[in-house]
Amino acid sequence: MFKNASVRKKILVSLLYAIVVALLAFAPMLLSDFRLNLLGKFLAYAVIALGLDLIWGYTGILSLGHGIFFGIGAYCMAMYLKLEASGTGRLPDFMQWSGVKQLPWFWEPFRSFGVALLMAILLPMALALLLGFFTFRNRIRGVYFTILTQALVLIVVTLMIGQQAYTGGTNGITGFKHVLGYSLASPSVKTGLYYITLAALVGSFLLCRRLVRGPFGRVLQAVRDGQNRLRFLGYDPAKYQMFVFAVSAGLAGLAGVLFVLQVGIISPSMMDIVPSIEMVLWVAIGGRGSLIGAAAGALIINASKSAFSEAYPDFWTFLLGGLFIVVVVLLPKGLYGLITRSGSRMKGGLAGAGFRGRNRAVVGKDYR
Amino acid sequence: MSVWLVQMFNSLSVSSILLLIALGLAITFGLMNVINMAHGELIMIGAYTAYVMQNLFADYFPASWFGAYFILAIPAAFCVTFLAGLALEAGLIRFLYGRPLDSLLATWGVGMVLQQLARTIFGAPNVGVKSPEWLNGGLSLGGGVLPYKRLFIIGLVLVTLIAMYLYIYRSAAGRRMRAVMQNRQMAACLGISTRRVDAITFAVGSGIAGVAGCALSLLGPIGPSLGTYYIVDAFMVVVLGGVGKLLGTVAGALGMGVFNTYFEFWTNASLGKVLVFACVVAFLQWKPQGLVAMRTRSLD
Repeated sequence: MFKNASVRKKILVSLLYAIVVALLAFAPMLLSDFRLNLLGKFLAYAVIALGLDLIWGYTGILSLGHGIFFGIGAYCMAMYLKLEASGTGRLPDFMQWSGVKQLPWFWEPFRSFGVALLMAILLPMALALLLGFFTFRNRIRGVYFTILTQALVLIVVTLMIGQQAYTGGTNGITGFKHVLGYSLASPSVKTGLYYITLAALVGSFLLCRRLVRGPFGRVLQAVRDGQNRLRFLGYDPAKYQMFVFAVSAGLAGLAGVLFVLQVGIISPSMMDIVPSIEMVLWVAIGGRGSLIGAAAGALIINASKSAFSEAYPDFWTFLLGGLFIVVVVLLPKGLYGLITRSGSRMKGGLAGAGFRGRNRAVVGKDYR
Repeated sequence: MSVWLVQMFNSLSVSSILLLIALGLAITFGLMNVINMAHGELIMIGAYTAYVMQNLFADYFPASWFGAYFILAIPAAFCVTFLAGLALEAGLIRFLYGRPLDSLLATWGVGMVLQQLARTIFGAPNVGVKSPEWLNGGLSLGGGVLPYKRLFIIGLVLVTLIAMYLYIYRSAAGRRMRAVMQNRQMAACLGISTRRVDAITFAVGSGIAGVAGCALSLLGPIGPSLGTYYIVDAFMVVVLGGVGKLLGTVAGALGMGVFNTYFEFWTNASLGKVLVFACVVAFLQWKPQGLVAMRTRSLD
């Protein structure tokens, strides 16, 4: 019917967009409160996936530390919600249990919703900039950076658990009641939060798309495919890397806010090493290098996780691990690549030459 | 004995464990540029091998022989994880050469499956490995007690290190390995089967993980996620030490161990970790390639 492959692809893609957005917009009418809440949570995860795809799929930086950025965002909002729930002049319950007499100074600003929201996005960005400044500028190799992000997760989580009196320790922060005077328990507020999350997802998607298209996006991909060549052309890859890493961290922080508003709890176990790498998995399976694929990956994986893991928790881990291996080895572009068939350029066989251009395919080349 | 000396011993003990874990990683990373996240699970397999050996001895051999089980467990663990590494390399890793980040993710998947497998076979709760009688107690030295277990581990690490040194720098196989490391194409041209060198090297690295697992089983109960606790620190050792030289790994492990112990002693466990991380990042500002780097003229 459509002879021209690119036209066919375009129609397919816009059809996909339309169906997905329509389905998500009508979801509150179709789903029970419980399911809607779950879906809202998945949409928040999809925002993280977008940010991860921005740095991994497009810029070639693999961060295993996005759980931290997500967690910081969530904790910032949780601090506001906790103070709101505790009422004026009273300390949050876990502080009383730990024998804290006065509200710590760094909790004080979080009485304001605006500050909490701002900090939830700015703090992760600042942390990302700091780490990026100390690594990208020195051309620390991709793998080294990845290991450092994972170490960052480990220490932040240890710190969070260690400072029980100020962070709630292993239990995290929970027991929220109101946000800006609205009760979090009421169904209409929940539906409202769902729509806000959906709007945030669409907004993040548009932002990311704006970034990856046009000259800026070209530079990002050049950072991924040939950093030294880019340097010889007079660009400074470190600046681009830092900027994109910070944007990505900010998106994860935003996702944390949306998450905590809907789920009502944040604890260190939700930002630990395993959740952080699971975030990467969403992008890998959905399709790195395509924003819609990454977002869809987050939705699909989490939906199947909640469907499977309730019934067969053991089987789910096997499936997830197996999927990880299969996708990474055989489908460098993930499910999205499978659908759009742009992944069919895998003529190089298992080497997965299609994804990263020439360097990949040359087996004999020095790996460094 | 002064507090300082006790801390010194502790840091040596921590370093030795880190070194044992990082050795295997450094080799595979240095030679093949493969990040093996399943290394932690290979450690776990080694530890469970010790557990199985203990049960075998308790069930089928006279009670007086029980003390010997641990001596046999170490080579057994090496063999089991060596074979596991060989299988892993043949089945997965060889498709991922030249894609370090992908190797990281795929091996993480392997790790997940292995952990779940261990949970299915041995159950989710931790199991204890009863250390042999001759390792209980400790050496009293000027008021302090140095546990035999820790001393044994330090000794084990020294033996492993010497064996590795002999293998890498004093044997034909090691020479081939270094040749491939320095210049893969030239080595291949000279008739070295790089495929085989890769496979053997990966298997040896895995085997050392098994030995590390045995050592860890002395220190506490073992469980399916045993390796996860150590793997991040071990990778930090590799990053700090630089890849390609045994000396770098040793220096990295010593550095991490000493700083970890002293910082944790001066502040507390969580703050100590933050300081160590900050030190590593600061150090990489000075030497982005790590302590001991292979010289190379290649770019990217």
